Amino acid sequence: MANTSDTILTVENMSVEFPTLSGVTTAVRDVSFTVGREKVGIIGESGSGKSTTGRAIMRLQPPQAIVKANRMQFEDVDLMTASEEEMRSIRGRRIAMILQDPKYSLNPVMTVGEQISETVILHERVTQQEARNRTLAMLERVNIRDPERVFDLYPHEVSGGMGQRIMISMMLIAQPSLIIADEPTSALDVTVRQQVLSILDDLVVERNIGLIFISHDLNLVRSFCDRVIIMYAGRVVETIAAADLDQAQHPYTRGLLNALPSLDRPKDRLEVLRRDPAWLEN
Amino acid sequence: MTIIKAQHLAVSYGHGETALKVVKDVSFEVQKGETFGLVGESGCGKSTILGALAGRNKQWTGSIEIDGETIGQKRTRTQLAKQQLVFQDPFGSIHPRHTIGRTLLEPLEIHGKDRRQERIEKVLTDVGLPLNFRYRYPHQLSGGQRQRVAIARALILEPKILLLDEPTSALDVSIQAEILNLLKDLREREKLTYILVSHDLAVVAHLCDRVAIMQSGGFVEIATRQQLLENTVQHPYTRVLMDGSRGYVATTRQGHSQLRSQSPVTV
Repeated sequence: MANTSDTILTVENMSVEFPTLSGVTTAVRDVSFTVGREKVGIIGESGSGKSTTGRAIMRLQPPQAIVKANRMQFEDVDLMTASEEEMRSIRGRRIAMILQDPKYSLNPVMTVGEQISETVILHERVTQQEARNRTLAMLERVNIRDPERVFDLYPHEVSGGMGQRIMISMMLIAQPSLIIADEPTSALDVTVRQQVLSILDDLVVERNIGLIFISHDLNLVRSFCDRVIIMYAGRVVETIAAADLDQAQHPYTRGLLNALPSLDRPKDRLEVLRRDPAWLEN
Repeated sequence: MTIIKAQHLAVSYGHGETALKVVKDVSFEVQKGETFGLVGESGCGKSTILGALAGRNKQWTGSIEIDGETIGQKRTRTQLAKQQLVFQDPFGSIHPRHTIGRTLLEPLEIHGKDRRQERIEKVLTDVGLPLNFRYRYPHQLSGGQRQRVAIARALILEPKILLLDEPTSALDVSIQAEILNLLKDLREREKLTYILVSHDLAVVAHLCDRVAIMQSGGFVEIATRQQLLENTVQHPYTRVLMDGSRGYVATTRQGHSQLRSQSPVTV
C-alpha cells in the first residue's frame, strides 16, 4: 500500500476560509507545496496560518471552515474527496500529528500505555498482549528508561519532556508516512528539547518518512529542517533550503532574521520589521 | 554604585516538614544602570529570586540591600515602589475588564500619588502608546501593545529597578525586537537598573551586562556579556544553554548521551 515515490504530499492552491458575521476571513490563501521524505519547516508568526495549514491537511479544521484547493494528494489518497470514514483510517495511522503541549493533548484519565496501545488496537486490530508489547518497545525506542513503569502512569505523573516523548511514540507506533508536528517543543526547556528533537530526527531518517515541522523559532527550524516554507498572513512568501536561509530574498524573511537577537552577531539595536502592504497582494 | 546587594539569599515555599527550599544560598551585586540576567530551566528558581526582591515572597533568609537600605521582610510603600515587576504573559497579567487607564491608575491610588492624569499620559508616551489607549480594554490590544502597557504600569511609580520576568517569551520575533529596543531606550532615558529573567541566552546577551546561570536553586556561574559573545564561558551547562539558543544540534546516539552526562544531574 505504501507508495515508494518520493513525494508524499502535494498541496496545490489551498485556501482555508472562515465565514464570520462580518464577512469571510481567509486564514490561508493559495498555498502550494510538496513534502517528500524530508523535514519541511513551516515558519510564521501568530496568525500567519501555519497551524491552520497543518490541520487542513488532516481535515481537522472546525466544521464551519471552508477548504478549497486545486489538488490535495496524500500518497494514493485524494484528500479533497476522501470520505470521513477513509479519513479516520488515515488519521493516526498514515498521517500523525504531534501537538504543542503534552499536558493538554494527552487524555488525563487514561494511563499512558492504554493511550498508546489504543492506536494500534484501533487501526490494526491486534490483541491486547501484542499491543502492549509494541507499546513497550515503542516507549523504549523514544529513550524512556523504564517502560513497564511508565506504561501504567497517568499523564499528570510525567514531566513535560517525557510527555512529549510519549506523544511521539503514540504517533509513530502505527508507522505513519507523514508526521505533522505543530510546535512540538515550544513548551520544553532547551536541554529537553534537544533530546526530543534528536529522537524525532532519528525516527524520520530511520523510517524514511516525511515531517512537517510547524514552528515560530527561526533558529530551530533552520538547524533542524531540510527545507523551510515561510508564511505571512496566510500566504507562502518564500520556500528555501534551510541551509540557504541567510540568503533569503523576501523582505519579510529578511526582516524576521534581522529582528532576531543572536549570540554570534550581536548588534546594539534590533531591526524592527516594517510590514509592507504589497506583501499581501500576490 | 551598588544598587542591589543580595548575600546568602535563600528562598523557600511551604512550612515545616513540607517546606521546599527553592533558592539555595545565592549572592550577587548589581550596579546602578546595569542589567543583570538570570537564566536557567523551568523550576530552577529564577522567578523566585525576583519574587523575593520584589517583596512578593517574604519567606527568605540572608540579606538584601536595595538602594543603600537593608530590606527586611516587611517593607514600606516607598521601599516597595523602588522595584516593579513586568510579567511574562501580557494576556494574563492585565485585568481584562479594566480599561488601560484604570489599570495604570491603580498603583497611583495605592501609593497615594498626585498629578495622576499627567503621570498616566507621560508613561503612555514613554512606552510609545497613543494617549487614547487609556480608554481601551486589553482585548482591543495586540500582544506587543499589552506588554507595553505592562511596562507602563511598572514605570508609573518611577521605580529605580525593573524586574523583568521573561518579558518577551510570549511574543513573536518581530514584536520581541520592538520590546527589547524599548527596554534599551528606557534604560538609558530613565537611568533604570534591570534584572532580566529569561531562558533564551541570545535575548540575555542582547540586553545584559552580566548573567547568572542557575541550576536547581543555585548559581553555576556568573558570566559577562563578553564571555557569552566570545564563547569563553566556564561551565559546561552554560554551553548547553548557549547551543540551545542557536537551535538544534544534530547528534548521534553517542553524542546524545554525552550531552546528558555533561549537564550535571538535577535533583
